[in-house]
Amino acid sequence: MSVLSLPRRTPKRVLPGFKITLGFTLFYLSVIVLIPLSALLLKTFTLSWEQFVNAVASPRVVASYQLTFGASFLAALVNAVFGLLIAWVLVRYRFPGKKIIDALVDLPFALPTAVAGISLTALLASNGWVGSLLEPYGIALAFNRNGVVIALIFIGLPFVVRTVQPVLEDAEKELEEAATCLGATRWQTFRYVIFPTIGPALLTGFAMAFARAIGEYGSVIFIAGNMPMVSEITPLIIIGKLEQYDYAGATAVAVVMLGFSFVMLLVINALQAWQRKRGGAK
Amino acid sequence: MSTPTSEPTWVKWTLIGIALAFIFLFLILPLAAVFTEALRKGAGAFVEAFKEPDAWSAIRLTLLTAAIAVPMNLVFGVAAAWAIAKYEFTGKAFLTTLVDLPFSVSPVVAGLIYVLLFGAHGWFGPWLQAHDVKIIFAVPGIVLATIFVTFPFIARELIPLMQAQGTEEEQAAQVLGATGWQTFWHVTLPNIKWGLIYGVILCNARAMGEFGAVSVVSGHIRGQTNTMPLHVEILYNEYQSVAAFAIASLLALLALVTLVIKSFVEWQFERQEKAAAELPPEKPQA
Repeated sequence: MSVLSLPRRTPKRVLPGFKITLGFTLFYLSVIVLIPLSALLLKTFTLSWEQFVNAVASPRVVASYQLTFGASFLAALVNAVFGLLIAWVLVRYRFPGKKIIDALVDLPFALPTAVAGISLTALLASNGWVGSLLEPYGIALAFNRNGVVIALIFIGLPFVVRTVQPVLEDAEKELEEAATCLGATRWQTFRYVIFPTIGPALLTGFAMAFARAIGEYGSVIFIAGNMPMVSEITPLIIIGKLEQYDYAGATAVAVVMLGFSFVMLLVINALQAWQRKRGGAK
Repeated sequence: MSTPTSEPTWVKWTLIGIALAFIFLFLILPLAAVFTEALRKGAGAFVEAFKEPDAWSAIRLTLLTAAIAVPMNLVFGVAAAWAIAKYEFTGKAFLTTLVDLPFSVSPVVAGLIYVLLFGAHGWFGPWLQAHDVKIIFAVPGIVLATIFVTFPFIARELIPLMQAQGTEEEQAAQVLGATGWQTFWHVTLPNIKWGLIYGVILCNARAMGEFGAVSVVSGHIRGQTNTMPLHVEILYNEYQSVAAFAIASLLALLALVTLVIKSFVEWQFERQEKAAAELPPEKPQA
């Protein structure tokens, strides 16, 4: 009997450590993330429906949603446009200092948000480098909604660059050459050949920057001025309620934010799956 | 000059110009402002900020927090990546999503969940009080909140890396009689070395710089539960601008060091990949 005709053994998990690593992963995940998050949900169920609605739909809270979502959307949009441009310039062109610029793009990931907050405020306040230049024209960028958007642009900048950059690097030049040979102008080539390739990545980066901006706290509170109904973001509402020992109210608003986080997580997952499919199908 | 697959020179330099202007305004200016504001009243005032005992206790607490949070998430990251990358099991995709979850939760909400669990009015609050254990408004709460916000950093670097590397080398080690631990130590670890360092430095930067989550659980007790970012906030709100920016400049320096190490690791990683690609195949493809 040859070796080949031996009955095939069912494939076994050859490497040791499956049970212990998976067990530890689930244990740690539960203790640090899942149980605390369910505490939030459980706490919500102790509120009456009226209490919940009063907490999440009062005019001041609704105004904060409008600001948080509006400013985050605007900032993510700016990041999408300039992030795409920066990724393009970093991948396609050579210029002095390129390596340093490339490394610097990640600064918002590495710089503590509180440092970013006070530094942007110092720049944009009426006596700052930038603020003092704009003041004569009646433009104020700090202590109002403009400040919120600017802080959120800073926070979200790396997301679009870092999602678009690798896709642009892998994009096939042959397609562009073919388009040019068939008589397309450079703009047409970008619009109809390059843009569809990087579209999913661009949208993923946009969604990530948007999701991050919604939850951002540290960099915004210094520059926003934090006026109720005007420039007060939703995370600050939660902090305010906590400081007044209104745990029920803080929990209710937090659940709304958490629900939004889940939705964004699913959207980003779906976008990434789409992007992988696109990448694999070429 | 314009070739068929590039833009005219003027377009190219306009695009580079706009990109650099944006980066100058949004990244370089804020970074420069931290250091100039810190040195506004000269080196003397700058040094003065570090002579305060509260500043030192904030620095110590930040280092302590990172020294606990980063190793814990490192062990978790390696275990999670091993389980997810080396085996097939149902619910794997869902588990991977759950590992990423803390990234999408607002830092303020992250702080709040621990207050609801361990605060005076929380689920375990009365029990903790009866046993004289303080978590919220104390160091354990700060460490917990930091672990939460830095939870996915190392795992999410290692999972795709270990998935790409497969299990062939580990299986070979097993066949040759290595124990599980030897396999990990001598085969897997050298392969994931750069990804591991990459995750650790990003995790560390976030752990030392976290503000929102820590702010909720800290209670802001000077000299006791203030981390460096919280100390910056207090000084800033007390109009001690130079002192605030002096501490902030130390954090900015940490960010710059992080970026330098990160670039170095990326460079090393590319070199390793290139070397691996140039190596002749050792065995026929199955």
